[in-house]
Amino acid sequence: MSAISTVCKRELRSYFATPVAYVFIVIFLVLSSAFTFYLGGFYERGQADLLPFFNFLPWLYLFLVPAVSMRLWSEERKSGTIELLLTLPITMWQAVMGKFLAAWAFIGIALALTFPLWITVNYLGDPDNGVIFASYLGALLMAGSFLAIGSCISAATRNQVVAFILTVVACFVLVMAGFPLVLDVFRSWAPQGLVDAIAGLSFLTHFASISKGVIDLRDLLYFVLMIGFWLYASAIVIDLKKAD
Amino acid sequence: MIETQALGKRYGDFVAVDGITFKVEPGQVLGFLGPNGAGKSTTMKMIAGFLAPTSGSARVCGFDVEEQSLEARRVVGYLPEGAPSYGEMDVRQFLEFIADAREVPANLRNKRIDDAIDRLNLESVLQQPIDTLSKGFKRRVGLAQAILHDPKVLILDEPTDGLDPNQKHEVRTLINAMARDKTIIVSTHVLEEVHAVCHRAIIIARGRVLADATPAELESRSRYHQAVSLTATDVKAAKEALSRVPDVASIEVDAQDGRITAFPKPGRQIFVAVNAALQERSIVVRELALEGGRLDEVFRSITQGGAATEARA
Repeated sequence: MSAISTVCKRELRSYFATPVAYVFIVIFLVLSSAFTFYLGGFYERGQADLLPFFNFLPWLYLFLVPAVSMRLWSEERKSGTIELLLTLPITMWQAVMGKFLAAWAFIGIALALTFPLWITVNYLGDPDNGVIFASYLGALLMAGSFLAIGSCISAATRNQVVAFILTVVACFVLVMAGFPLVLDVFRSWAPQGLVDAIAGLSFLTHFASISKGVIDLRDLLYFVLMIGFWLYASAIVIDLKKAD
Repeated sequence: MIETQALGKRYGDFVAVDGITFKVEPGQVLGFLGPNGAGKSTTMKMIAGFLAPTSGSARVCGFDVEEQSLEARRVVGYLPEGAPSYGEMDVRQFLEFIADAREVPANLRNKRIDDAIDRLNLESVLQQPIDTLSKGFKRRVGLAQAILHDPKVLILDEPTDGLDPNQKHEVRTLINAMARDKTIIVSTHVLEEVHAVCHRAIIIARGRVLADATPAELESRSRYHQAVSLTATDVKAAKEALSRVPDVASIEVDAQDGRITAFPKPGRQIFVAVNAALQERSIVVRELALEGGRLDEVFRSITQGGAATEARA
């Protein structure tokens, strides 16, 4: 446990040692507010909730989360520090977990900094704070899943740009998995069961049901399994690719 | 103690390390020599627990690097090739991270860190991000993290690469100072280093051990071992005198500086006879030296000679 927190602390500290963290947070806050107020029609809707914010969040995450995850492992490999990290007396799992938790905590900090929206909506009206809390939880879980996918892809390449693009594509497919855009590709040839299974993998479906305020165990399980699976895959990919 | 048994690493069809067996005892410094791509780094990476061997095994202080990976890694200090470190951290932060990851006990933590800083003279750059340091300092930071937890086994991949002569000297002094109670493997391209720090040298080429001996033994394999070299005003007369010494096998004259070298017949010593022959004819000699042997020549003949025999086979 302490090894995980040592790795996590080092990683998180390194985000804030460079301007990257501040640039990310500022852009995230500016864009999320712009989406909420202009595209989402926060005022015009006349409803005291944060739906406009959470509706656009997946699309914002689609580009911003891969920007965080792309450097997770590819930078370690490029700079050779992976050799240093993995010859320390820590297990592969602790290293993967520590780095993932640092990235997740970072995204969490950025998300937490949107709290003025929550205050605003409480000031203007009488929202269902339970729903808002559930939405935040859902958003965090979704970001974790994006990050886990990004961690695995980042482990597969030492080029950060490649990692970024592939992660965006992979996340896009998973976000859209419940929509015709993705499902039509499979409908023509795959059995209905498979198509349903793919539809069930959609981020949006699970996120939407959590952000309605219903914290269903199945939705939680979906995200937890998603994160677990991709982190496990990360560990395997790192092990396979560390030699080159 | 480090012990490898037919240690091998293969990538698809390419054999990087082809069954290396050796043993290093505490108090010994083993030098790893070999051309680039010989498998030195790969071998060290396997012992340090970074790469898994595809055949054979390696043990560090009795711990198998695969079966008891964590225990083995705990007793090893490792300087990877190129001395990588986290560039955005400052030196102190970086060493603190290593101390935590290595689970240095809290009461020893600051003492160990200060000790490593002191030994590698990092005092002046403690607050600087590692990225902004010179190559020499980066290498020393890498060494500092390797010795931080006072490991029983040290694996140093080219520890003096990129250092200036003064820094090289300091690092060698450091290795010698630590050698007493530790088991150390050092890889190097610099042959003079073998003399300065190693008790034993292994020459590797194409993943195989081609020689395993003390530096002195390696030198004795040189053509130059026990040869006598001299510079004389009258080169012709000197050559003539040398050719009459019975145990001299051949004589070479360096075209550039006119230095004459007389090579003995195998197993013979000619210094005394040569000296006598020169005096007898009153040949004026400006300089006369007994050659110990040249490591670079031995290195070349072992690593390239091996290629020739293999090509024939």
